[in-house]
Amino acid sequence: MRELPADAGRPMGPPRVVPYRFDLSALVRRSVASLYSHLVTRPTGQALRYGIERQIADLGAPCLSVLDFSEVVVLDYSCADETVAKLIQRYRREDRPADAYLIARGVGERHRDMIEAVLARHGLALVAEVDGVGFTLLGELPALEREVWAAVERLAMASAADVATLVDAPEDALAAALDSLASHRVVLRRDEPVPVYCSLTSLLMAG
Amino acid sequence: MNVIHLPGSLEERTFDQLVQALAGRGEGRALFDARRVHWVDPYGMLALLAVGEVAGRGGERPLLQLPESAEVTSYLARMGFFEHAAELFELHGPRRRAGEGGHSDVLLEITPVRSHADVHAVVDRVNERAQAILTRQLDYPSREAFQFSVILSEVCQNIVEHSGAHGWVATQTYNWARRLGRKVVVIAVMDLGVGFRGSLSGEHAARYGDRWSDAVALEAAFIHGLTRFRDPGRGQGLQQIRKLVGRWGGKVSIRSGTARIAQVPDWDDAPPMEERLAPFPGAQICIVLPARAEGAA
Repeated sequence: MRELPADAGRPMGPPRVVPYRFDLSALVRRSVASLYSHLVTRPTGQALRYGIERQIADLGAPCLSVLDFSEVVVLDYSCADETVAKLIQRYRREDRPADAYLIARGVGERHRDMIEAVLARHGLALVAEVDGVGFTLLGELPALEREVWAAVERLAMASAADVATLVDAPEDALAAALDSLASHRVVLRRDEPVPVYCSLTSLLMAG
Repeated sequence: MNVIHLPGSLEERTFDQLVQALAGRGEGRALFDARRVHWVDPYGMLALLAVGEVAGRGGERPLLQLPESAEVTSYLARMGFFEHAAELFELHGPRRRAGEGGHSDVLLEITPVRSHADVHAVVDRVNERAQAILTRQLDYPSREAFQFSVILSEVCQNIVEHSGAHGWVATQTYNWARRLGRKVVVIAVMDLGVGFRGSLSGEHAARYGDRWSDAVALEAAFIHGLTRFRDPGRGQGLQQIRKLVGRWGGKVSIRSGTARIAQVPDWDDAPPMEERLAPFPGAQICIVLPARAEGAA
């Protein structure tokens, strides 16, 4: 990736979204009948997902939902599939119930394999703050899309032309990569005269 | 009376002898003679419960003549074997209480699995103990040791989600000094439900036609991640277990119906697939995780 030009990035502010944090460990205690300390089994994952969906629906506004894994000790594949993969799928669909974006925080090494496995299984992606790594893009996306995502992260808000200042690729390829990232909902697209894309982490910080 | 003599060593390698003897028994009440049993692991214990339940179906409870070895009966007591066996067998011979025979080094006693709540209970109970054993005794890095609970959770969920019956799980650490020169953790999970073929038949049998069998069903689930559900998110558990256990140089085998499939490490000589075994209901899973070899990454 190239160096960031001094005037890179967009002058206008980011769009308004409501950041909303879900402490998954606490939420599972509210969402399922028993007090479970680990995120295991499909019914637990389903209960958790329904709880998150309900709260997103109650907000009634575009929202950036933070899935906080920091208190989660054990996360199994079944629960990760129900909580993470199916939640992302639900808000990726055209008929999504709300305009929600998801971001994960507190992801440790003990969670990462499970999250990456379910993302790969469904061809999904997720922005996550991973212990010792910082914000990164999880999921099996092509190298160019990963590079473009990193560029948007640096710029906070960017068009394809802005990204071209950092990534050496034809502008139409960059535009396609940005649209793919937007369709994965790992960046937020704004349809201005020229489409611009916002990084989820910048929206998180702005909130 | 049908007397079935148990092998001296009750473990995965001798399970087929037991099933063969059960299949070949005549009419009348069965007596399982365990007097000469000098070694038993979690798989062997669950196997004994399973054959006891099958032998008692539709007839009188079988008899179980307990091992003469005090060491074995003491271990059976620590694993909670007798309380489960008493429901399935008429027990004879010396029994010990769990407190006798010193401090318990059991990782997970025989635990029934009937519901998702039981799976939570297993993970709650075993996670901290497993962390300590895997990191301190088997030299697993902490992030990998956490996955032990994930493995347990997924194999136990297999019973609840697919077998249509109850099952059991048990796990223990051993020093396989002669066999491997290292410590191992053995996980055994068994049920007496519909088996892999029964679970998958409705959704997948037609596609395989005449080739459909226990072996094909096992391969479909274990290698290709097929399940009876159309949800593509299903079926990850066994596949991920296979990958994890492979990464750790361990062994995983699943016997169901008349076949057994295994992922075999270089320290074991089991065949990757066995067919035409004596029929037995449900699924019997054995996972062996060896201590990290010196110099392992």
